[in-house]
Amino acid sequence: MESHASLQLTTPGSRYSARQKTGLALIGVGILALLVMLVGDGTLNPALTMGVALAGFLLGSGLLFAGLLQRAPGVNNNGIWFSGATARGMAGWIMAIVFTGFYIILYWTPSNLEQLVRGTDALSSALRGRPADQWFLYGLFYTLAILIMGARMLIKYRDNKYQILRTISVMFFQLGLAFILPSLMLLLNEPEFYFSYFWPLKYDYLWPSTFSSLTQGPGLGIFLLFWTAVMTFVATPVLTYFFGKRWYCSWVCGCGGLAETAGDPFRHLSDKSTKAWKVERWMVHSVLVFVIVTTLVLWINSWTGGGLLGGLSQEFSSLYGFFIGLIFAGVIGVGFYPIMGSRVWCRFGCPMAAILGIQQKYLSRFRITTNGGQCISCGNCSTYCEMGIDVRWYAQRGQNIVRASCVGCGMCATVCPRGVLRLENGSMKARYNGPVLIHHDDVSVQLDEAWQRERPLMPSVQEDLPILTDEDLGTSPV
Amino acid sequence: MSRHIVIIGNGVAGITAARFVRKLSAHRITVVSSETDHFYARTALMYIYMGHMRYQETKPYEDHFWTQNNIDLVRGYATQIDTQSKVVRIADGVDIAYDALLLATGSKSNLFGWPGQDLPGVQGLYGMQDLALMERNTRGISRGVVVGGGLIGIEMAEMLHARHIPVTFLVREQSYMDYLFPKEESALINDEIVAHGIDLRLGTELKSITGLDRASAVETNLGDLIDCQFVGLTAGVHPNTDIALASGIHTNRGILVNEFFETNAPDVYAAGDCAEFDADGIGSRRVEQLWYTGRAHGKTVAYTLCGHRRPYRRGVFYNSAKFFTVEYQTYGEVPAQPDPHIRSQLFRQGRALLRVNSDRKTGQVLGFNAMGLRLRQDQCEAWIRSRTPVDHVLKSLAKARFDSEFQPRRVYSRAAATSD
Repeated sequence: MESHASLQLTTPGSRYSARQKTGLALIGVGILALLVMLVGDGTLNPALTMGVALAGFLLGSGLLFAGLLQRAPGVNNNGIWFSGATARGMAGWIMAIVFTGFYIILYWTPSNLEQLVRGTDALSSALRGRPADQWFLYGLFYTLAILIMGARMLIKYRDNKYQILRTISVMFFQLGLAFILPSLMLLLNEPEFYFSYFWPLKYDYLWPSTFSSLTQGPGLGIFLLFWTAVMTFVATPVLTYFFGKRWYCSWVCGCGGLAETAGDPFRHLSDKSTKAWKVERWMVHSVLVFVIVTTLVLWINSWTGGGLLGGLSQEFSSLYGFFIGLIFAGVIGVGFYPIMGSRVWCRFGCPMAAILGIQQKYLSRFRITTNGGQCISCGNCSTYCEMGIDVRWYAQRGQNIVRASCVGCGMCATVCPRGVLRLENGSMKARYNGPVLIHHDDVSVQLDEAWQRERPLMPSVQEDLPILTDEDLGTSPV
Repeated sequence: MSRHIVIIGNGVAGITAARFVRKLSAHRITVVSSETDHFYARTALMYIYMGHMRYQETKPYEDHFWTQNNIDLVRGYATQIDTQSKVVRIADGVDIAYDALLLATGSKSNLFGWPGQDLPGVQGLYGMQDLALMERNTRGISRGVVVGGGLIGIEMAEMLHARHIPVTFLVREQSYMDYLFPKEESALINDEIVAHGIDLRLGTELKSITGLDRASAVETNLGDLIDCQFVGLTAGVHPNTDIALASGIHTNRGILVNEFFETNAPDVYAAGDCAEFDADGIGSRRVEQLWYTGRAHGKTVAYTLCGHRRPYRRGVFYNSAKFFTVEYQTYGEVPAQPDPHIRSQLFRQGRALLRVNSDRKTGQVLGFNAMGLRLRQDQCEAWIRSRTPVDHVLKSLAKARFDSEFQPRRVYSRAAATSD
């Protein structure tokens, strides 16, 4: 019964307008310009060629996404499972290989990117007062990906305020706090500091080496330490208590920002099986343990002047940096978007997500509420959950969704065709509502008491607020 | 004592029954289906065609769920029941003996003997086989005609539209679903259909379908000829009673049951779309063909199948749908025609519409219609059940909001303002 169209680059029924074709052509020019810089002999002006590439991407995607404006507002995921790019077809695999390969070159043989890096020198000098390096190039590409694909999100979900605000938020935090501000810090001879990243995601921000460099250096060092400590130990738990981990994962974080924008076309590729859930729990919490142990070991080492652990702590931290920081977060995390969905890193690897998740599960007001018996089990919510949560499993039994991994992107509620799901912050008391009966009195099953004692099938419905007050009942003067 | 409970049909009614029998007992359970190996959400058929999901995404439970819960699944077509020796005959398969049998055979598309209705390229849409057929029938076509302005009709129009296939939509009524919707709701959906570029022909019926080796045109009752290569017949569905008819089980429109879902044959039950409540049973609406009612039937009958015999009781009516991009929810009593006993208050803003009905005499709230809005079912039901004064309901409508966060809706404040 499946459509075997996944190897086609376009859907049989889809038609590209002249404007969209122009957009695609401009993107093609952009890719060509990048290729020339990668393999060319360097005779072309690098700044100019980079300018052509970026202009091609910006204008081309602008023309392409403008097409979305002509569709009626509202969820439109038409053809996602037919397109090779978004359904693990040929285009998807090519993209996966290109992204993964880019990370490998970036981390291990950055000299191959020399011409590309030189192409960003002009911008780097203006922003940071120094020539570019591969990390500046990477930061620029990363930020542009979030901005361009963020614009696409804003158009695609233009009738949903939650999605709009959230997207503007990740675009702002990436551009302002993770790109421009760190650059300006360098310009002002301050440490290159990312205000929107905290330990344990930015694992070295609580390592002794960072402490000593910040305290010994001039300028803002002490303030930055203070910022890190307050954000990690005060702001994060407080915000997570009130809003769940979404305040960070899908509103602020750069990894989340890329996943929510550039990763949006791939969100449905996450694995929803219970098996994947098991793997996820083991993996992500192991990484959390790993980073905590690494941090502790480094501090013990630092306090004992290296006497206790010797070189071990160094090895530990470089192991973490290599396997988790580079391979997991970068190569697999982003490279595998078109194969495993947009949140591979966030779901299986991010220690920040793990720690926020634990709090979200046990000490937070956030939950996704289900709307009585309205679920039709269609599966859109589960399909479009980038974290691989089988949302439908809860929704169809009328149970609130309280899951450690939920990043609160709100897409389950957005794609639901029956208005069944709603992200809410409310009293902790009523979060775990148990499987509420699908329709409270659909069956009016008055089980005899003995039977009920034997099998307590229906947990009593807890209510956040009393649904009916005296006023509702008309028993007191209105 | 363990009994063998056999269920014919793996739709929502049959599967819900199976799940609840398992929750309640250790009886042996066998579910027979000729449609698919596993339960899938029929409501999601359209999304498969539109490319939002694949078949596997529409399965509400992973495949291992059934073995884990010890529910046997048999792929086969049940043709007849021997009610004397309590055996179900499976075409090209092994007979299955039962202690209790539940018929949950669903519906079939209505055909009204239109000339040309059997031509290739003409079909209804109810099950997985229909979807596969539609996939083949609509490849490379330049126009499809959908006949019948109901829920499946508008879904089919949306499906074709999603594949960039031009659609002509023939609707017998003067306005879309005006037999169910008050005129404002109906008009809003008309607009929505037209806004999507659908060629909507109201007050138009199918006269005949013409074509040699496949459908090539339809003629309407107004004499218009419409060239097309595909005709979707979506003029409603009727209960699938084939197996009951072949087995001497009483039927009318559907398989006749009492409020315990018992047919005239001992230990044979029927529930879901295929069942029809007999006269002394359940009041109006003898046949219920909604997802929600199928689920409620399945759950109720499970208790009876497990020896805890209890009647089916309806709660406050509710239903929901989505018409292209417009979501719709209804709770309680919202008749299509103005009713002298009902005060109907309408609040609108852009594409959002909220109707609140109340008793003209007592002022108590009776029902809600919401379009482009999401209401909280718990709250709406509680108000209706407790006969809350409508003035108070309007004032506290914010409590019933289920729209996503930050979604501005002036409709609610307008409603609140009128209650002063």
